[in-house]
Order: sequence, then structure tokens, then C-alpha cells
Amino acid sequence: MVAQRLVEAMRDRDAAGEWRITVLAEEPRAPYDRVALTSYFSGRDPEDLALGTPELWADPLVRLVRGDAVTAIDREARTVTSTSGRVEHYDHLVLATGSKAAMPPIEGNDLPGVFVYRTVDDVAELRGWVEEQRERWSRPVRGAVIGGGLLGLEAAGALQALGAQSTVVQFGTHLMSAQIDLGGGEALRRLINSLGVGVRLNTATTRMRTNRRGTVGRLDFADGGRLDVDVVVVATGVTPRDELGRAAGLEVGPRGGVVVDDACRTADPFVSAAGEVACIQGACIGLVAPGYAMAEIVVDRLLGGAATFPGADTATKLKLSGVDVASFGDAFAVTPGALEIVWADPVGGVYKKLVLSDDARTLLGGVLVGDASAYASLRPMLGRELPGDPGQYLLPEGGGGGGATLELPDDAAVCSCNNVTAGTVRGAVTEHGCTDLGAVKACTRAGTSCGSCLPLVKKLVTAELEKSGITVSKALCEHFDLSRAQLYDAVRVTQLRSFTDVLARFGTRPGARGCDICKPVVASILSTTAPGHVLEGERATLQDTNDHVMANLQKDGSYSVVPRIAGGEVTPEGLLVIGQVAKDFGLYTKITGGQRIDMFGARIDQLPAIWKRLVDAGMESGHAYGKSLRTVKSCVGSTWCRFGVQDSVALAVQLELRYRGLRSPHKIKLGVSGCARECAEARGKDVGVIATDKGWNVYVGGNGGFTPRHAQLLAEDLDTETLVRTIDRFLMYYVRTADRLQRTAPWMEDVEGGLEGVRAVIMDDALGIAADLDAQMALHVDSYEDEWAATLADPEKLRRFASFVNAPATPDPSLAYVAERGQARPATAEEKNGYDDGRTGAVLVAGTTLEVRS
Amino acid sequence: MTAAQVEDLVTDGELTWVEVCRLDDLAPERGAAALVGGDQVALVRLLDDRVLAVQQLDPFCGAYVMSRGIVGTRSVDGVDVPTVASPMYKQVFDLTTGRCLDAVGKEPVDLRTWPVRVVAGSVQVGVAAGSVAVGGAG
Repeated sequence: MVAQRLVEAMRDRDAAGEWRITVLAEEPRAPYDRVALTSYFSGRDPEDLALGTPELWADPLVRLVRGDAVTAIDREARTVTSTSGRVEHYDHLVLATGSKAAMPPIEGNDLPGVFVYRTVDDVAELRGWVEEQRERWSRPVRGAVIGGGLLGLEAAGALQALGAQSTVVQFGTHLMSAQIDLGGGEALRRLINSLGVGVRLNTATTRMRTNRRGTVGRLDFADGGRLDVDVVVVATGVTPRDELGRAAGLEVGPRGGVVVDDACRTADPFVSAAGEVACIQGACIGLVAPGYAMAEIVVDRLLGGAATFPGADTATKLKLSGVDVASFGDAFAVTPGALEIVWADPVGGVYKKLVLSDDARTLLGGVLVGDASAYASLRPMLGRELPGDPGQYLLPEGGGGGGATLELPDDAAVCSCNNVTAGTVRGAVTEHGCTDLGAVKACTRAGTSCGSCLPLVKKLVTAELEKSGITVSKALCEHFDLSRAQLYDAVRVTQLRSFTDVLARFGTRPGARGCDICKPVVASILSTTAPGHVLEGERATLQDTNDHVMANLQKDGSYSVVPRIAGGEVTPEGLLVIGQVAKDFGLYTKITGGQRIDMFGARIDQLPAIWKRLVDAGMESGHAYGKSLRTVKSCVGSTWCRFGVQDSVALAVQLELRYRGLRSPHKIKLGVSGCARECAEARGKDVGVIATDKGWNVYVGGNGGFTPRHAQLLAEDLDTETLVRTIDRFLMYYVRTADRLQRTAPWMEDVEGGLEGVRAVIMDDALGIAADLDAQMALHVDSYEDEWAATLADPEKLRRFASFVNAPATPDPSLAYVAERGQARPATAEEKNGYDDGRTGAVLVAGTTLEVRS
Repeated sequence: MTAAQVEDLVTDGELTWVEVCRLDDLAPERGAAALVGGDQVALVRLLDDRVLAVQQLDPFCGAYVMSRGIVGTRSVDGVDVPTVASPMYKQVFDLTTGRCLDAVGKEPVDLRTWPVRVVAGSVQVGVAAGSVAVGGAG
């Protein structure tokens, strides 16, 4: 990670191309984000962890050599030699070899089933082992984690995510003893317990014993206690990888690490060290932010600068779902005269402490357990005077005086991973014209590593925009000053039923008649507040062409047709119907990403005839054209699959039939997987359901598309009824409150309280609207009708499908097709009109003209 | 398929008025395509029963789709003018003049327009006299 940052910083700053950098990496993959390693357990692809853009590694001045560890340094000759025998000369050498997981000398620590937690490979092996154990035993897999620090707790969470029980064995008096005090540790223990993870404190492990299979089976403790286990993760700290430096005769610290000065230089002027391998100011620091700071210093020095290490920012935040822990500055109040202010709520599982200077004004540090929401705004205030009564920063929001907001000074660090100050964030708005969070992230890199500062960055951006008089306009378009969410509420409350009425009541001026922005929005709103056919009366005029003809417009003006195949389940008869229709109308067919079949090249005047055939054969609209529910993708599930634990197809069909036709701010996709293997890729969906032994886990806010995002866990082990109610509320809450064309992932970033806020509204009914959401979804389900069947039954609606009002069955003469791989595709302009060099166009095929005449 | 409607031609000075359809054949605030001579024309009936005609060819995408766009209004110099937005890439055009009001980041290209009149419920499109080949198709 540090090496990657170093390369990135060098390429950013070395405009003259003075330095050419070779990165020699031991692991077979490009640098990746170890801080986010645990997320790999929750179904992330290792690729998601990759650091550095492909452009960075493709830079001609950068060379990345993977899977070739350096074995020796020759400081005389200024060369390094690698395993493969490669010899590289250097003008300057940077050691950024990091650490390896420490393994305490406990008997049995080499048994199969004992793991460390450091690399992607460690995590992959651990996962494989637990999955193997899970199949072996009819009982839950039993896991133990030795070490109750930051990493140990993450490992325990990871074991749980894999479906194993886990117990944390801590040698010291409390959890995370390096970061938080005893009081915080006690609150943390209760939180960890409440997740179902066991905790043993003051416990030394003396031996790991085998079971009959020769793998790890039991832990013996110094106090005589024992614990039966199937898997052990050792997370007792790290040891710097200083062996190369040692062998090359460089000085190492008393507890390891290559000794460097404040410029990150060793005694050899041609060798620097950065990151966890560096022993700087007398210690190695196992955190990423100081490592990044060192990388920047090395680059600065190589470019002739004079940067020095300012001392480590040891602030930490635990990344474990459901447990909020943060520690920063002088958390143990060791500064002489330091005062501690503590606020504890043992019932709520909250412990907060601020450490202040002896006059109770300057913030020196703090510990936040159970509610670390104040972390982002307090940490940048380290070493500064806190305005007002410090106690107010500890009280819960709404608890009187709580939720105090801080005006951060410009030089306060907001994002410590990337060393971005409040001033830089403000500058992105005032000087670089950024108008939203995404632009500011791209401009400053704030919040692009661990993301813990994002709420603060967003606050700063919004405040700055408002200050510069740029009201962040939420107005839909020139016809409505309201945002989509406001308009939704307005329409719902006033029970208006037509666009004309909505415009008269809430529009900006009389005489205006809406546009392609607000008309589809109002159509979408009315479809859930006052359900009716898309082509009913005035509503027809509001629809985009896709909804207006209930098919998907393609580039040549023809349309594609997708019948619903709920859950991806289709009978042979169904396939034959689709096949025959496609054949009779000459349509190009393709399997979609949503497990159904798309038929392309249908002319507008052919759509009713095509749908007549489909509807007669029992098919219905798949709403592939709508900003609405698309598909519920599923794996085959427990009915056929050897590994499935629940019937994912049945649930997918049930969900698809429930939400079919639900109009929303953007398209919605669902997925259901029958086991943790996740073959349905449900976590890439707006709502993903994954089967467990006990029921269903539901994830929300996943997206493919331009900005892929994995869905986040909303609730676990739900029975089907609760699951359906939860999804009902989630979808309806989204439908009501999202912006136009805002998918669920960005909506969840924007919505009050994020994931927690959504959970509070739909699981705990924090806004008191749950019954209302339920009723609205019930209305949708009850009023559903197949749009195509209803259209075919109404001659008035069918008139809209004429190709020409004065020649209703004359095909658009401009349409032309060319055969490719045995099917039709639209002809290019050259193929239609001939080429510039005089060659004539390609031979056109009949394409879609093989129609069935009635 | 029934035989094509025979277009009634009425020559009126410079213009020949081609009867295309009945006003009732057009839905308010929604376009419909028509064949006028050899040209594909997009007819739009407004709320006040005015009918406007622009080319059916969307100059930005090359497909004949303009009649399928959303009809609305846009404020131009303080006046609300009727508009149609391309259903393909959402360029917005003034229906009365054909002027491209929003090119969505492209070079603006305007639409051709035709004069339209409604006589006793009959919608007639004006074309230059003598230029009409009686079209209609089966």
C-alpha cells in the first residue's frame, strides 16, 4: 500500500520525469488494500481491493514486477537481487516491505486449521477451510481468534460472516487495549458479545491440540480452561519485514524495523524506508496513514524537498459492522495534567471519553465506543481549543445540546489517509468549481481510501456551497421548484391524480406544460400514488417512448421486446413460444443480463401483433422498458443444487411477481442466492437476498453500471414473511424519497442516516411511516395488471402503434438490416447509402419484415 | 391492410395543402408520424388544438423518431414555446421554428418545419406547390 502510494505521489509530482520507478513485489498481484481485507469476506472480489488505477501501472516510468521477492541488497554496487535471479541497479532504494503477521511461540501453532490474517491469500485459505469444515459438521463451525486487538476483532467478525461461531481470546485486561481504555474496553466487550462473539479476557493460550484428524481441535489456557475449536486465527500483532535491511547491515530498532531519521533515510544516503518496516522516531507504526505520510516524505526528498515526519497520527477506527469504535490522540490521558470527560450509557452500549488539557479547553484525544459519529469532526480538532462546553460533543444527538457542529479550521486534516485538509476540500468547491461530493472526491482524493471521513467531507462541501451562495438547487426543472422527493410527498398528500392538476398546483408558472424531465417523473409518482395504466388518458402524454409503446427504443428507431421470465424460470413451451415469435417476425434474439430473452428489431407497428401472440401464450410484459422493477435473478437453489440451503427460485418468482410493474426513480434489480456461494450475484443488486441455514439475509443498495457497488447487509436470518415486508418498505421508502434517476446506492449515501437511517425507518419504524409504506405496497400489488394485455383489449390505446397516421401499416422505409452471425442487425449508414469510395452498400436482408399478416 | 388514404391536394398560391388526417386522429400533446409526399413528418397536436409539423428524422441519431418524443414547453426569452425532445438522446427543439434549443453537448442542428392548418377538422400540411408526388402507401 505504501509502495503504491509512493509511486502515485511520484507520478503526481515528478512532472519532469526525473525518476523511473521499479516496484518489486513478493505477492503475485498488484498492490491491494489490506485495510479493507475483511470486506473480501463479505463477498467482495479481490480485484475490488486493487490500489492504483490501471493508468498508473501502465505509466512508462513505472514498472511493476509481481511475484518476485528481493533476496539481497548490495549497497556497494547499489543493486538488488531477486528470487528469479533478476539484478536491478538503483540510484535510490526504498524499503517498503511492511510487516508479517506475528506468530507467538505456542505449541501447535503450525497445525492445519491455524491461520494468520494478513494477505488476500491468508483470507482465501481461511475462507476455504471454514467452508470445508462447514460441510463436514452438522453443527456450526467453532472458531477462535487469539488476540483481541483491532485485527483480532475484524477476524472474529469475518469468521462470523462465514457462518462460524467465534470466541476472541485476549491476553490483556480488555479488548483493543492498544487504542482504548478499560472503560471503553468494557463497553466494547458488551457490543462484541451482543453480536454473538464470545470474549475471554486475561487469558493466555498455552497449547493448541489436535483432534483425531490431525487438525487443530482444542485450545488449552493457562488458567486451566479449554476451548474446542475447528479453526484458529492468530492476530497478535505484526513483525516488521526488516530481514533485507538487517542482512545489508542497516541498523534495526530494538523491536525490529529499519531505523530511519525524520526524512525516512537510513544511515545509507541511497536507502530509505517507509511504512511498517521503518522504525521512525523509535517505533514501527502499524497504521496506514503514517505509512502514506512517509511515502510522501520519501518522494518529496527525492525531488529535492525538505519534508520531515510530523509524528504519527495513530487515530484508528474499527471496521466491523454494528460496532462503532474510534480512538484518537492521547486516548490514555498520559499528558501531564490531562483531564478526562466521560459519558457512558451501559444500557445503550455507549462509552465516550474526551481527553483535554488541564484547562479543559484543548482537545488532546478521545475514545468513542458504540457511537463514533463524532469522530470525523472531533479528530481534526486535535490540539485545538474546542468551542463551547466540551461535554456537548459527547451527548447523543437530540439529547439536549448534542450534535454540536464544529467550524473546522482550514489546516485541520479531514482525510488522514490521503492527508487532505478542510481547506483543500473547501478549495475544491470555491476554486475548482466542484458542486458535489463525487467531484470533490475526484479533485482532492478525500475519502477515497477508508471512507470514514466522507460524512464530514459532505458536510463541508454542502456548507461551502451554501456559503458561496450556490444553493444546491433541488429543483426538478424549470417547471417545478420542488425536488422529486418533495413533489412525491406533495402529490401523495394532496391526492392529485393528473399531470395538469399537479402542474396547476405545484408548477412554477401558468401556461407552461412541462418537459421531458418533469413529465416522466410525475408519471412515475402517479403510478404509485394513484395506480393506473401507463396509457390511461393524459398519462400517456407523460411517458418516454419506452413506456409509451411498452418496448425498448433501439438506435435505429425500432424496439426490443422482453416478456417476463420470473426468476429466470422458463418452461420448454415458453422457450418455443418466444422462439417462434422471434422467427416469425425476424427478430434478433439475445439472452439478457437479467436471465431472460430480448427480441430486437420490432417496428412500432409490429408491437401489438407480437404481443398478441405472447399474451395469448400466457406471457406478460417484462417491464424491461420502464424505470421499474426489472428482474429478480436467482440461482437454481435447494431444489436441484447440492449446496443450496433454501429455495431461491421460488422466492425469486414470488418477489418478481410481487414487485412487477413497480415504477421507481430508476430501474430496480433484485437477486436471490440459495446459499452463501452467491451464484445469483445478489449483492450486485438493489436488493440482494442470500439464504442462510436459518432464513434469509437481505442486502441493499448494490449496483452494477457505471459505479459498481456491493449491497450492504440490512438484516439477517429473516423468515420469508419478514423478508418480504422488509423489502416492501425498503423499495417504497426509496420510491418516495430518491431523486430522479438516482439508483439505490447513491440514494443510500444521501438519505438521512445512510444504512443505519434506512434500517431505523424500515426495521424500527423510526419515522412512524412503516404502516403507510406497507399499505402503499399493498395497493401496488392489488392494482397490478399486465399493461400489454390491457392495451390489446383497448382499440383506443392500439391506435398509438400506427407507423404513420395516414398509412398505419406502412413500415418506416428507412429501416434496413444486414445479416450477421445468422441474425439481423441494423445496417450502418454506409451499408444503406454506399461508401464514399463508390462501393455500394452491403446486401440488405429482409430483416424484420417477415411479418405474419392477419 | 386497407388501401392507402388518398391525399387531397388543394393548391393555394405558393403552397399545396395536403390533407393528412383528421384532428381527432391526433392525441393532444403527443406526436404522430405521417407520410407527406416522400417525406416523413412528425405532427404534434397541442392542447389548444394547434397542430405543428417538423421533420421525423432526428438529425442527431439518424433515425426517424421525432414524433415519439415528449412534448412540452420551454421558456425562451420569457416566452413559453412548445417543444419536443428527441426520444433518443433528448435534444430539445422549438416546434414552431424547428430551432434546436438544447443540443446536449453537440453542435446544434435545427429541424425542418412545415406549415399546418386545420380546416373543418381536417389536418393539412402545406408543401411547396408542384413539389408533391402523390404518395400514400399500402
